[in-house]
Amino acid sequence: MAEMGQVFGIKALAAMFDRAKQQRRAAFLPYFPVGYPTYEASLDAIQAMAEAGADGFEIGVPFSDPLADGPTIQAATQVALENGITVGKCLDAVQALRRRGVIQPMLLMSYLNPLLAYGPERFAADARAAGADGVIVPDLPPEEAEAWSEICRGAGLATVFFLAPTSDSRRVELVNRHVTGFIYVVSLTGVTGARAELPPDLTGFITRVRALADKPLVLGFGISTPEQARTMNGLVDGFIVGSALVKAGKDGAGPVGALAARLREAVHV
Amino acid sequence: MTYIQTSTTPVPDERGYFGEFGGRFVPETLIPALDELTAAYHAAMADPAFRQDLAQLQATYTGRPTPISYAKRLSEHLGGAQIYLKREDLAHTGAHKINNALGQALLARRMGKQRVVAETGAGQHGVASATASALLGLECHVYMGSVDIARQQPNVFRMKLLGAEVIPVESGSKTLKDAINEAIRDWVTNVRDTFYLLGSALGPHPYPMMVRDFQSVIGLEARQQIVEMAGRLPDACVACVGGGSNAIGLFHAFRDDENVDLIGVEAGGRGIEGGEHAARFADPNLGRPGVLHGTRSFVMQDADGQIVNTHSVSAGLDYASVGPEHSYLRAQERAYYTYATDEEALAAFQTLCQLEGIIPALESSHAVAEVIKRAPGMPKDSIILVNLSGRGDKDLDTVMRELGLNG
Repeated sequence: MAEMGQVFGIKALAAMFDRAKQQRRAAFLPYFPVGYPTYEASLDAIQAMAEAGADGFEIGVPFSDPLADGPTIQAATQVALENGITVGKCLDAVQALRRRGVIQPMLLMSYLNPLLAYGPERFAADARAAGADGVIVPDLPPEEAEAWSEICRGAGLATVFFLAPTSDSRRVELVNRHVTGFIYVVSLTGVTGARAELPPDLTGFITRVRALADKPLVLGFGISTPEQARTMNGLVDGFIVGSALVKAGKDGAGPVGALAARLREAVHV
Repeated sequence: MTYIQTSTTPVPDERGYFGEFGGRFVPETLIPALDELTAAYHAAMADPAFRQDLAQLQATYTGRPTPISYAKRLSEHLGGAQIYLKREDLAHTGAHKINNALGQALLARRMGKQRVVAETGAGQHGVASATASALLGLECHVYMGSVDIARQQPNVFRMKLLGAEVIPVESGSKTLKDAINEAIRDWVTNVRDTFYLLGSALGPHPYPMMVRDFQSVIGLEARQQIVEMAGRLPDACVACVGGGSNAIGLFHAFRDDENVDLIGVEAGGRGIEGGEHAARFADPNLGRPGVLHGTRSFVMQDADGQIVNTHSVSAGLDYASVGPEHSYLRAQERAYYTYATDEEALAAFQTLCQLEGIIPALESSHAVAEVIKRAPGMPKDSIILVNLSGRGDKDLDTVMRELGLNG
């Protein structure tokens, strides 16, 4: 892992995917919001997941109106806002995690408005300086992201765009052209949150995307159990778990680390 | 008479931009649905049968054209401009919202979408959506903040009577903003068989354009009516602005009439200084360009870009953002925006009741409040056309409470 710390941004993510590929498994990318249940506890949870073998992180920036999120993440990010978490505080969190020895790639996940308020150029520069590798903006489709992509490129940050089961071939190609990090494949039509079962047509959907896209595919939305995680090897290059870890986070870093270890173990070959 | 006006103006462009405002800032899942909606909307507008269906409903169901009334006693009382009221309060369901709801419901049926979701603040759009759905045999689900449910009980009951499901929203400020969040989440989840019947001229493209076009009937009628009744165009058009659909519906027909002032009135709430208001354009500390609910416009937000809670005595104006075309018209200096406080709106409400025998919606009372401020300073031969966007029966509980008439 030591060599991972020497590269950043797009290259760090590429190295992460290469390493998982060599191990013939999907990379495990947990999501966790800064400030839930408290600022310190969220850092502890992310550190525990790093020690449990997570390959990279989505670091959640709270927003008052998270319209792509289900009840679990809505409630957690609301708590984070009540705890006074700002964009600046999330950048501090990345820096603090680096100081704690977390060397995995970290992508900040934020809705657009807080980034606009912070100032996109300033945000990109400060995110890079804090040690972040990329940014995910769920309400910014590639059509609206021309300036944003340019800013990220300048700062060396990886960009991620989404594909959904409703995306047609034209959109698969469009998104594939625009991402420099990976394609975030949304498993289902819906918001974030644990689901008992993944959609039955998932393999067909991924196959359709694969045929037109050469960037790494990372699956998210609805994945919560080690059983579901096990099905990710050979299907996608990585997977994201959010709500299940956030739920575990209510009881502190210990349960989060334990669930992360089980999820990571599930893809071990 | 023409019953609908489509986009003959250069705004929005193909990507849904009114200058620097508008666009489409939504999760990927919805982009294909918005593309489908845009194509279906253009196809419907190009189809004479669709336009005829809508015109037929407007004439035989909504009761269009709604009249304009000369407010003689109000004009005399104020001693200045002559005041005319565009009577959207007389449209079926009691507000202008039905114009857009019927248009979109017809479009939903044409697209083969049987399930409709809508958001509502004051309940007027919810009632209009439930009404249009009942008329056209669609299944209707309305998201409404629990705070709004408490202050708009009659409309909640109306929606239920009309066969709609009213879903209380408990997240965030529990008002219109949060109802829109939930409606969008529902749409993301059920996007393949669901039509999102958005009630104001906001949200991602094509909604701001489509809602404006469906509401443009207000201004088209009013422009012809005022010329017939008063012999000329008005000097000013005044309308309240929450999301801004009644205002854009009135303004659209007058946009090229350079000598007609277009005046939008936001909710000043308890005053601008304390921040308890919904005057996005009046408070530079809170109202700045940003992105909320899929569109770039003026948004009430804190320094960190979090959307702040708004306040207005009228639920229909209690919203943190404003339709992008209003931000554009303001930037172009084609329209001017001001505000009326809760207190001024309540006073205007009573004035109109007593002088004209019309009980206006609290939303529309904000427009009347501006007229009360503005008219006395204008010459006696000048004309103000004010959009009376809805009737006030739904607000009686609120007004009784605010005026202390309950005990």
